[in-house]
Amino acid sequence: MNTEHPCVVTIDHRSRPRVLFSGDQLVEVDLPVGTRVVYPRPTMAPLGDVDAAIRYAISHPYGCEPLYALLRPGMKITIALDDISLPLPKMQTPDIRERVLNIVLPLLADYGVTDIHLIVATCLHRPMSGDEIKRMVGTKTFDRFWPDRLYNHDAEKPGGLTYLGTTDAGEIVEISTRAAESDLIIYVNVNFVPMDGGHKSVAVGLCGYRSLKHHHNPYTIRNSHSYMDPEKSELNHRITRMGQLVNKHKKVFHIETTVNNRIFDKPLEFLAKNEDTLSQTELRAQKTLIRTLQVLPQPARQAIFTRVPSPYGVTGVFAGETEATHKHTIERSYEQYLVPIQGQADILVSGVPYISPYNVGSFLNPLLVACMTQGYIFNLYKGVPLVKKGGTMIVFHPCTDHFDKRHHPTYVEFFHRILTKTRDAVELHKKYEAEYAANPAYIQLYRTGLSYHPAHPFFMWYWGENGRQHVGRVIVVGADNEYIPKILGYETAPTFADALRMAKDTAPPNPSVTCLHMVPMLMAEVTP
Amino acid sequence: MSAAAYFDVDGTLVGTNLIPPTLAYLLNQASPLDSARRFGRLLLGTPALVAAEMQDRRLFNEELFSHFRGMSEDRMVVLSAEVYKNVVKPNLLPGAKDLIDQCKRAGMRVVLITGSLDWTMAPLAEYLGADHCISNRLELKDGYCTGKLLRPVVAGPGKATLIVEDARAHGHDLMKCHAYSDSFSDVPMMSVVGHPICIRPDARLRKLAEAYHWATVDISRRTP
Repeated sequence: MNTEHPCVVTIDHRSRPRVLFSGDQLVEVDLPVGTRVVYPRPTMAPLGDVDAAIRYAISHPYGCEPLYALLRPGMKITIALDDISLPLPKMQTPDIRERVLNIVLPLLADYGVTDIHLIVATCLHRPMSGDEIKRMVGTKTFDRFWPDRLYNHDAEKPGGLTYLGTTDAGEIVEISTRAAESDLIIYVNVNFVPMDGGHKSVAVGLCGYRSLKHHHNPYTIRNSHSYMDPEKSELNHRITRMGQLVNKHKKVFHIETTVNNRIFDKPLEFLAKNEDTLSQTELRAQKTLIRTLQVLPQPARQAIFTRVPSPYGVTGVFAGETEATHKHTIERSYEQYLVPIQGQADILVSGVPYISPYNVGSFLNPLLVACMTQGYIFNLYKGVPLVKKGGTMIVFHPCTDHFDKRHHPTYVEFFHRILTKTRDAVELHKKYEAEYAANPAYIQLYRTGLSYHPAHPFFMWYWGENGRQHVGRVIVVGADNEYIPKILGYETAPTFADALRMAKDTAPPNPSVTCLHMVPMLMAEVTP
Repeated sequence: MSAAAYFDVDGTLVGTNLIPPTLAYLLNQASPLDSARRFGRLLLGTPALVAAEMQDRRLFNEELFSHFRGMSEDRMVVLSAEVYKNVVKPNLLPGAKDLIDQCKRAGMRVVLITGSLDWTMAPLAEYLGADHCISNRLELKDGYCTGKLLRPVVAGPGKATLIVEDARAHGHDLMKCHAYSDSFSDVPMMSVVGHPICIRPDARLRKLAEAYHWATVDISRRTP
């Protein structure tokens, strides 16, 4: 009897090919009989009245007094906001952050609070452009606060960070000076994956390199199993320690929100469905889309998926003290994403999509392909990894050698000059990171342009460190060149059949194969 | 210090080239007649300057500075303060000092390397906090400029040699050094360091930078 969850489909002789992302292309993959395909859970119903939910949450918070009770005339408040690295792609307007601000800002005005700064908590991410911020917070708030009282966090501004203390484990905690000098920090979060939110919001979003390097390093990632499972994540443990120290010094009121997995609007909804259940109309649309993407130039392909905002529905609003609030956020997040699975696979198959938190508005460059493969995709589990220790990942991506000039100029040298010397994350961390992170030209690009901080490419490589330690081989299907996969330490195969044959060389007889059918987002709860 | 940041100045940190400071010197002579005479000579020499620039930046510099022949050292010293105040400083790009401060915070030795005259560059180097300035120097005889440049002339490929010598003298690892410029004529100096970086690159340098993934930094506005 099949005891698998309804979201887990086993391929048989009658099954249609599965359609997976290969960057911004779609490929039909004929999976072997017996392969388990893990689909996202059905989309959770959104809240009926989001504004009412926000009002209720801030008036009935977890673990602290209601927001209005924390306010007094003349106080200094910093509102920090998650940047647009989530949700992915951008959500239809009004963005949930705008909705929260439209309720919180009048409340502050009612209580005589006028000294308000809004900081986009970008940490070492690229600064958001004015237009991006406007879209996120809404025209009314933008016109009122930008640019003097609404701006990106600048982790390199001289005097822009204030030291709050050092944890018992020796972690230095410093955050934005404006936030550190405020009587109250309100953090507005969008929780897209379970690693977001909680202590990460302030202790990471508003910190600098000196604090970040305590957890954004290969040792921490190696001990995170996975970083999507906070309880078993060393990353989360370290951030929690640092966040608790922040909370000892500062009053922080969190407003956390969750969204469902409705990434595609009606015309593309079939991409999230089991291919065997598609109607004839949907099948025709699928074929047409595949062929269209084959003939379109790359920018047009990317535009199809990223220009149209996602119709995400808000599924929860939680507010209050950091940990008390975040517990509920994580529960709601898991409710949408977790698919229970029994047993690990010898071979894990997945498409690598066109998008990641670090290429909003730009191309998924080769370093981000690695970050997605052994980072995000590998880490989309709770319990034990989807793939067995020493197993093989087969992924689909063209691995094109292209880096966005505005957003990723700091990645190029890392990729082509440093990563070609060593792939060893510890060596990279010890030998190259500190000097590279202080590169004045790259810091200038981060501070005045739209570039990621020079430390960021190192973090992107570390992000796949637990995957690299666990997975035996990665085979890329559909790469348009040989050298990029080689730099990443990946093997290449022209077709999936070739990749499968290669994977079987080092797999036990009759290997188990599992395919992760994303996008939309999903996570596997794997029991051995 | 294991690394240095070498900055070209004209067009890179300052939004002008060598011509405006030169004009300022020539047009502020002791008498209007002398100024007019020198300016007239410069105009007549324009075709030669253009030809020199097309051939070699070093020839251009030598041709340009030949117009200083006969100026007294005293006058040059007095004028240099005015040229800095009225021509150089107002054209300093808004983010130039921020970038140099960033280099110093990163523990780098900051060196200006420029075809401009040492008299003009000295106050700029001091304002920017540069540790050293490699610039052109006019030959003097009996307190008057001969119109010739002292060796080595700072221009084009010669800058590369000067950087290598400077790095060696100060124990810098060239692979860790940075070189900033706006001009294709500075490709040699950018090629001897590990980190070539463009600022306001001209068309040919931009093309090269794109091919080799050299970073381009914008200092046209101050950092927030």
